[in-house]
Amino acid sequence: MIEVDLAQSSVRALNQRLHRIGPGDDQRHWRVVNPNGAHAIAVGLTAPLHVEIRGHVGYYCAGMNAAATVVVDGHAGTGLAENIMSGSVRVHGNAAQSAAASGRGGLVVINGDASARCGISMKGVAIVVGGSVGHMSAFMGQSGALVVCGDAGHDLGDSLYEADIFVAGKVASLGADCEEKEMTAADIDHVATLLGRAQIAADARRFRRYGSARRLYNFHIDHAAEY
Amino acid sequence: MCGIVGLFFKQEIATSALGPLLAGMLSQMRERGPDSTGFALYGDDAPPGAFKVTLRAPGIKYDWATLEGELAAAFPLARRAQLYGSHAVFTIATDPERVFAWVNTHQPGLDVFGFGERIEVFKDVGLPDAVAQRFGLAQRAGTHALGHTRMATESAVTTEHSHPFSTGADLCLVHNGSLSNHNRLRQALRREGIRFATDNDTEVAAGYLTWRLRQGMSLTEALEAALADLDGFYTFAVGTRDGFAILRDPIACKPAVLAETDDWVAMATEYRAIATLPGAAGAEVWEPRPATVYSWHRQ
Repeated sequence: MIEVDLAQSSVRALNQRLHRIGPGDDQRHWRVVNPNGAHAIAVGLTAPLHVEIRGHVGYYCAGMNAAATVVVDGHAGTGLAENIMSGSVRVHGNAAQSAAASGRGGLVVINGDASARCGISMKGVAIVVGGSVGHMSAFMGQSGALVVCGDAGHDLGDSLYEADIFVAGKVASLGADCEEKEMTAADIDHVATLLGRAQIAADARRFRRYGSARRLYNFHIDHAAEY
Repeated sequence: MCGIVGLFFKQEIATSALGPLLAGMLSQMRERGPDSTGFALYGDDAPPGAFKVTLRAPGIKYDWATLEGELAAAFPLARRAQLYGSHAVFTIATDPERVFAWVNTHQPGLDVFGFGERIEVFKDVGLPDAVAQRFGLAQRAGTHALGHTRMATESAVTTEHSHPFSTGADLCLVHNGSLSNHNRLRQALRREGIRFATDNDTEVAAGYLTWRLRQGMSLTEALEAALADLDGFYTFAVGTRDGFAILRDPIACKPAVLAETDDWVAMATEYRAIATLPGAAGAEVWEPRPATVYSWHRQ
């Protein structure tokens, strides 16, 4: 394991080291200490690395992640795992707003709570939140799944396209064009699989499913010729 | 953009740790607000019957000694003036309104940046390290303080438009965001007797709280009323003589982090400002919820 102390090294130097690791290198396991809320830690990773961060991170941690596993042993600031492509990102604490924003693939696990706009414009990422999510979560979600073991704030799934939302607790309110859907056996299996991948113990049968009612402008056949 | 910070020690006794810790927090917020920096310190009390007023002159070469003589001829000064370049703090045993009227008549070029039993307000154009150095922040003691680094969006980059804004005794406010109904609200508040020195939106929020407190509301009640009356984006940090409060707008566009230990409560736009505090690693850290007032009050 390679340890990098951000009290001694800059984030840029750390990220450059992580980016330079090639397919033949065996430096796969990294530990980052003293993050002290610094921004953009471990962004843009493209190799199957395991990066542990001990402490709280700032904005955009593990953004654009592909293939790597990033674990934050603390809280995360705005834009955790923004535009994640693949791999996984886990936060043991809470995540601030816009976690996994526009994520295209991979898995984001937040053991605590996620703040507002979790999964905004998600495009294929799977997000599992052990606690609750704030308002406008999954706003304009296009693909992927958001699993919330706690409660969801106001306007859940506003202007949703095709992403699936599963919530075990209370939903403060649904956003425009978001509606509750039937929870089928296949959906229960889907949630159970995601909870298993996230290593979060919860009963998949307790979840309710929410999705797009497909009544907004872009779903209307009369507007198809506009594009 | 903008960065705001606040540090509130739970114990009543002023600590010399306050100034250096606030300077360290502000330094972390420099990228968020490179235009100007300001801070409000709650230090020692003015003697009974007196109040402190922070005056700001247009330049650092201002002849404060002459002004002190003129003020002493007009009012009983409870202490010698404390001079900080372009700013000076006078402690005067009279009704503050009389002093404001005197300044208006005799020295209209001076700005009143804050007044009250404890508050002192310093602000200037420049990066936080430079402004903190200019006013000797690292040498200042106190019980609590608020700070702001400004990236101007809606009014000019000048010292007058910098935060904190103080519109009533011992009350000050720092703001990250922008208000959209400040012109109309300023007119309404002026009719209620609230004075404004600038066209800045944040000053209107400070004036609004001053008005509500004057009506007998608690700080928490005043902030709850603000949720209905202020339109725009905001994370506010508010200081009073013995209190400290945080409010985010219902959409919570502007970031905020709170942290608390047995000794202190801290607020910052980003956690990295809090990470500089002793005990931060073991502090309870959370994001304040939208449209929810968080307040602390020393008895």
